[in-house]
Amino acid sequence: MKSIFLKFALPFFLLLPSAPLLAQEMPDALVKRVTEEVLEIARQDKAIQSGDMKKIIELVDTKVLPHFNFDHMTALAVGRDWNKTTPEQKKSLITQFRLLLVRTYANSLTAYRDQNLRYRPLKMQPEDIETLVRVEILQPGSKPILLSYSLEKQDNGWKVFDVAVAGVSLVSNYRDTFANEIRANGIEGLIKMLAGKNKQLETRQK
Amino acid sequence: MGRFFSAVLLCVVFGGLAGCATTGSNPKDPYEKFNRTMFSVNEGLDTVAKPIAQGYNAVVPMPLRVVIGNFFGNLGDVWISVNNFLQGNIEKGFSDIGRVLINTTVGFCGIFDFASEMGLEKHSEDFGQTLGKWGVEPGPYFFWPAIGPRTARDTLGWVVDMRADPLYDMRDVAARNALRGTRMVEGRARLLQAESVLDAAAFDKYEYIRDLYLRSREAAIKDED
Repeated sequence: MKSIFLKFALPFFLLLPSAPLLAQEMPDALVKRVTEEVLEIARQDKAIQSGDMKKIIELVDTKVLPHFNFDHMTALAVGRDWNKTTPEQKKSLITQFRLLLVRTYANSLTAYRDQNLRYRPLKMQPEDIETLVRVEILQPGSKPILLSYSLEKQDNGWKVFDVAVAGVSLVSNYRDTFANEIRANGIEGLIKMLAGKNKQLETRQK
Repeated sequence: MGRFFSAVLLCVVFGGLAGCATTGSNPKDPYEKFNRTMFSVNEGLDTVAKPIAQGYNAVVPMPLRVVIGNFFGNLGDVWISVNNFLQGNIEKGFSDIGRVLINTTVGFCGIFDFASEMGLEKHSEDFGQTLGKWGVEPGPYFFWPAIGPRTARDTLGWVVDMRADPLYDMRDVAARNALRGTRMVEGRARLLQAESVLDAAAFDKYEYIRDLYLRSREAAIKDED
């Protein structure tokens, strides 16, 4: 009797201390789970397959975006001028940049949904609070396209703050364009430029 | 076409573009005005090329497209191997030789990429990257019609790449042109997917492509791609 109790209970007790660790999904597992979930839906949903942008954006909005840190992303794209912006300006910039990235993500999802992916092993120390998750898009006859997600550890899980394609950050690729606009027309000019682009995309892809 | 084109390009790049020199405000793109003109010429050429590429994707079924992609990929692996050796990447160079040997024989002249499945990764190297690894500066940025973005260094690299292309020395002109044509269409078709993403992401397509190109070349030279 005692031995049976030990057999079943002991592993359970041993597991207990590690339970809080289990609560937070590992960054590579998170990226894989979200990617597979979204691709599964994109491959099956009839409306999405016929190019219904609204539906795709909805999917990205609900499934993908909760795992992104847009404050950090926008700050990275704006660069040095970020410190000179008021809280209201920051809010508008984040809202507009978020919209732009959602559209970009939705477009790449549509374009690459039939491609095969390969998840590269995670190189990370347990104490790391920042890490890189690498996914490759396989394509016949050429080197796989490397996607690198930069993630940071937060209280509510790991959050993506940068995405690089073939070693180039999609966020910092905006840095020069944004800096030029700020130099010419100030922060308000940049907000207007972002809003204008989003409006244009919205009318073009219903 | 190759030799004439090379001569013209070399003259243009290293003749200093005297006629087109502008007082560009952007240090990484001193010939922006010239480049933007070439960019719009290219957009014009693309009104012909793009529909052909779209037609290719619509008519040729996926398995055949994979076979065609693999075939040209295998043709390129020989020169990729040479560039890996020139850059001191000995292990990768041998891996590329292994790829060519396996795919040319077991893979029926390269139409199947068994090497990748065996763990011999496909690489992407060219002579511009080799020059970069040797410490050659990129020089000014250019946008060439039909060729695309290239720095001065990478333009020279491209000329050498063209000369090293296995199709360059093919005697049968008709077959050579057919192969080159197919490769161009296949290459353009490959870009169709990226294009829709680019259209959503870019404020100014010219600028976005330029910044992306310059950064991606840096990453490729450091093998971070």
